[in-house]
Amino acid sequence: MHLNLFLLIALTIASIWTVMTRSLIRSAIGLALTSAILTVIMFRLNSSLAAVFELSVCTGLISVLFVSVISLTQPQTSKEIIQHMKSRLARFWYLPILVIVLGVGISVLIMKLKFAPTQIHLEPDVRIILWHLRKFDILGQIVILLAGAFGVVILFRESEKNG
Amino acid sequence: MDSQLISLFLSFGLFASLLFIIGFFCILVSFNLVRVLIGVELLIKAVTLIIVAAGYVSGHVQLAQSLIITMIVIEAVIMTIAVGIVVGIHRKTNSLDVRNIRNLKG
Repeated sequence: MHLNLFLLIALTIASIWTVMTRSLIRSAIGLALTSAILTVIMFRLNSSLAAVFELSVCTGLISVLFVSVISLTQPQTSKEIIQHMKSRLARFWYLPILVIVLGVGISVLIMKLKFAPTQIHLEPDVRIILWHLRKFDILGQIVILLAGAFGVVILFRESEKNG
Repeated sequence: MDSQLISLFLSFGLFASLLFIIGFFCILVSFNLVRVLIGVELLIKAVTLIIVAAGYVSGHVQLAQSLIITMIVIEAVIMTIAVGIVVGIHRKTNSLDVRNIRNLKG
C-alpha cells in the first residue's frame, strides 16, 4: 500500500511537471515518465498484459510521435544544430564513461547477488476474454486502425497537394 | 467488499481525479496545440488508472485489461491522426497557436 501511494504521488508530480514545464520536449519526456510510472502501477495491480501495452505504445510510440511533431514544427537551422551538438559534447563528455562504469557495476552486483528475475504472473483468461467475450472490441480495434491508416494517407495526400 | 480494498480504490480514485484535473487544466490553459494533445493524453492516463483500480478491486482484472488494451489502440490511432492534423495546421499557418485557427471555414 505504501509503495502504491508513493507511486501515485510520483505519478501526480510527473504529470504536474509535464504541464508546468516551459519546454515542449521536456513536456513530452514528462508524459513518457508519467506513462512509465502508470505501467509500474499496472504491474503491481496484476494487469501485466495491459502494462506491457502501456509501456510499448504510450511510453514508446506516442513519445516518439510527440518528439517527431515537435521537431517537425520547430526545425533548427544547420548552424544551430552544429552549435547545439558542440555544446552538448562539451557538457556531457562524461556520460559514456558513466554508462560503462554503471553497466560493469550492475553486472558485477547481479552476479554476486545471484539475482533471478521474478516470474511474471499472467492470467491466460485475458486472451480468452479478449477473443471470446469482447469480440466486438477486436472488430472495433481493426476498424479504428484502418480508419487511422486511411486518415494518415488522406492527410499526407492533402499536404502534398498543398505543397 | 473488504474495507481495505475500498480504501485502496478511494485513494486510486482520488489520484485519478487529480490527474484528470491536471489534464483538463492543461487543455484549458495552453494555446499550443501540442500541449493540448499532451493534456488529452493525461486525461486518458487518468481513465486508465481508474479502470485498473476498479478491475483490481472488483476482481475482474482480465476484463479491465481487455478494456485497457482496446483503449490504448484507440488512443494511439487518435494521437497519430491528431499529430498529422497539427503538422498540417503548422504548414498552413506556420504556427501552433490555437488562436490562429479560430476562423475555420469548414
